[in-house]
Amino acid sequence: MLDFIENLLGIPAPLLFGQLLLGLINGAFYAMLSLGLAVIFGLLNIINFTHGAQFMMGAFVAWMLLAWGGLGYWWALLIAPLIVGATGVVIERLMISRLYKLDHLYGLLLTFGIGLMIEGVFRNEFGSSGLPYRIPAELSGAWDLGFMFMPVYRGWVVVFSLVICLATWIVIEKTRLGAYLRAATENAALVQAFGVNVPRMITLTYGAGVALAALAGVLAAPIYSVNPQMGTNLIIVVFAVVVIGGMGSILGSVITGFGLGIIEGLTKVFWPEASATVIFVIMAIVLLARPAGLFGRA
Amino acid sequence: MPAVNRRSVLAAGATGAAWGALPYRSARAQAANTVKIGVLNDQSGLYRDVNGPGSVACVRQAIADLGLAARGINVDVVVGDHQNRPDVGVNISRQWIDRDGVDMIIDVPTSSVALAVNTVVREKNKVFINSSGATSDLTGSACSPNTVHWTYDTYMLAKSTGGAMVRAGGDTWFFITADYAFGHALERDTGNFVRAAGGRVLGAVRTPFPGTTDFSSFLVQAQASRAKVIGLANAGGDTINSIKQAAEFGVTRRGVKLAALLMFISDVHSLGLQTAQGLVCTETFYWDLNEGTRAFTARVLPNMPQGLRPGMAQAGCYSGTMHYLKAVMEMGVPAAKADGTATVTRMKAMPTQDDAFGAGSIRVDGRRLCPAYLLEVKTPAESRGPWDYYKLLQTTAADEAFRPLAEGGCSLVRS
Repeated sequence: MLDFIENLLGIPAPLLFGQLLLGLINGAFYAMLSLGLAVIFGLLNIINFTHGAQFMMGAFVAWMLLAWGGLGYWWALLIAPLIVGATGVVIERLMISRLYKLDHLYGLLLTFGIGLMIEGVFRNEFGSSGLPYRIPAELSGAWDLGFMFMPVYRGWVVVFSLVICLATWIVIEKTRLGAYLRAATENAALVQAFGVNVPRMITLTYGAGVALAALAGVLAAPIYSVNPQMGTNLIIVVFAVVVIGGMGSILGSVITGFGLGIIEGLTKVFWPEASATVIFVIMAIVLLARPAGLFGRA
Repeated sequence: MPAVNRRSVLAAGATGAAWGALPYRSARAQAANTVKIGVLNDQSGLYRDVNGPGSVACVRQAIADLGLAARGINVDVVVGDHQNRPDVGVNISRQWIDRDGVDMIIDVPTSSVALAVNTVVREKNKVFINSSGATSDLTGSACSPNTVHWTYDTYMLAKSTGGAMVRAGGDTWFFITADYAFGHALERDTGNFVRAAGGRVLGAVRTPFPGTTDFSSFLVQAQASRAKVIGLANAGGDTINSIKQAAEFGVTRRGVKLAALLMFISDVHSLGLQTAQGLVCTETFYWDLNEGTRAFTARVLPNMPQGLRPGMAQAGCYSGTMHYLKAVMEMGVPAAKADGTATVTRMKAMPTQDDAFGAGSIRVDGRRLCPAYLLEVKTPAESRGPWDYYKLLQTTAADEAFRPLAEGGCSLVRS
């Protein structure tokens, strides 16, 4: 079997498995980030371009908690999403909530501008080369899988993000709260008439989506350089993931996130120069064939 | 009455015109004695800490140290962000020269942008001092009578760092290369040294630039090649992410060595000594090298962003600005503004001298010559204070550090 793969593809099988695994890990980040975007778009109809900055804020808050407060990774995993989520609530209340009646484009422009400003503030304060953040002692080290050296931390990232994705899906699709949320997107006035506080629910949903981005930021802090532009690099890809998966489709964004991570990983072996563009090529093809995305409702 | 009114209006208008003309005339007189310097670099992306606002602070420091105001020469500094994109860099350069009267452009990281600006400045006959760009083509196939390449280049990095790795037994290499002019030049120059020393290049992978954050896939490919040395032909944020992830994937624990072919002190600061310790790199400036470098650092530090110690690219902006302005003083401002080639020719005829780099010179192909220092990053135990990061392994003399004049293929050398 291994020989067959090697002959077919012209690369050693261990290398191929390694790349599949690495693709899966990057896919975990895509999935977590696109999940937050999908939740926000699905329920608020806002294309949240601040998402990259909020991902970056998650990583920075983790660094601040450690450097200034002495609180390590595990606390950061809990506290950073809450803090960044709270800033999201403030932004939604003060600004975004005023745009719900307008076209999508206004929300997009507003959130894009807010993102640029947040990034600029962090750049002025911390520079561009980034801050060191170590992998927690409990998750350092690596497993030798035979075909590659697998850091424990990367394994943790995949497992943890899968759990988070599953939990989010269950909350939205299987619980009473999720039912309210979905109902409110279909007909907010009717849900409000039943005594549900829809504006508050929408605010908290935005906060939760932002918290998901921050959570991904904390996960990323030990392996990527914690710098102000870390979100910008990732977020464009993540938007492509959301478009391919189908705007607002939660399951779609998760599956597409992992899938595209793997495709990108393989591209890094066969044609490394194209690895930054392959996702956009796929996006173009999907948009031509299925404008609503792979899992979206037309 | 109406006539009086009209007359007074006319008189008022004439007086106003006369008053208006006065400051205008003095502004003209001032412009004739004003040199305009444009600092063009990355103000917002992955190279910002390597050059960015720190380079601007160093340019201003040079102006302050020369005490030009007392000599009646004004120096204006404008700053531009080229976002690491050649089209943006070219647009800003043209606008600066055509509309704003900029006489000299300095810094310009990102080799693809540097090569593009090099062409514009030559066409307009102004002066280009490149400090942060790396490609050795600036003094080779793309050399120009209007350009001085100040601080370092890919050939010098390849010879110093690459040569040291080969001598230490690293005779098989795999490159992780940023996919643009700089990465290609650094890979080419280093590969030549490896092969000349009897080593072999087993492969290379080109990573998209900018926008690559995850290097694990490329590191695993490098490991699979079984090369003894992984050469990082990248810079700034890319180098930081590569080294951080190499540590995570235990690349060095299996005896493979990382060659950070271009690393700056701000990169070491970002990585932390725990991760960066033992790495070998080459710089032409280190703040704690001698009395001169420490004195320069003490002067500029209050103006550096985020308390960064100046790195070699930023110190090069100080040194380059100082030398340019010395040439301007000798020639007189009007003559220097009128002819960029003549100014650069004058700069080449004068020895360079400043606190940051000591004594040096500029070659006919535009290459500024200075010693190259092979440095090793200290362990946390060895470091005695903040920013005490390097120990000096070896110094290559100025006349041996760079590519021999005859090998560059620069047209200025033949003529």
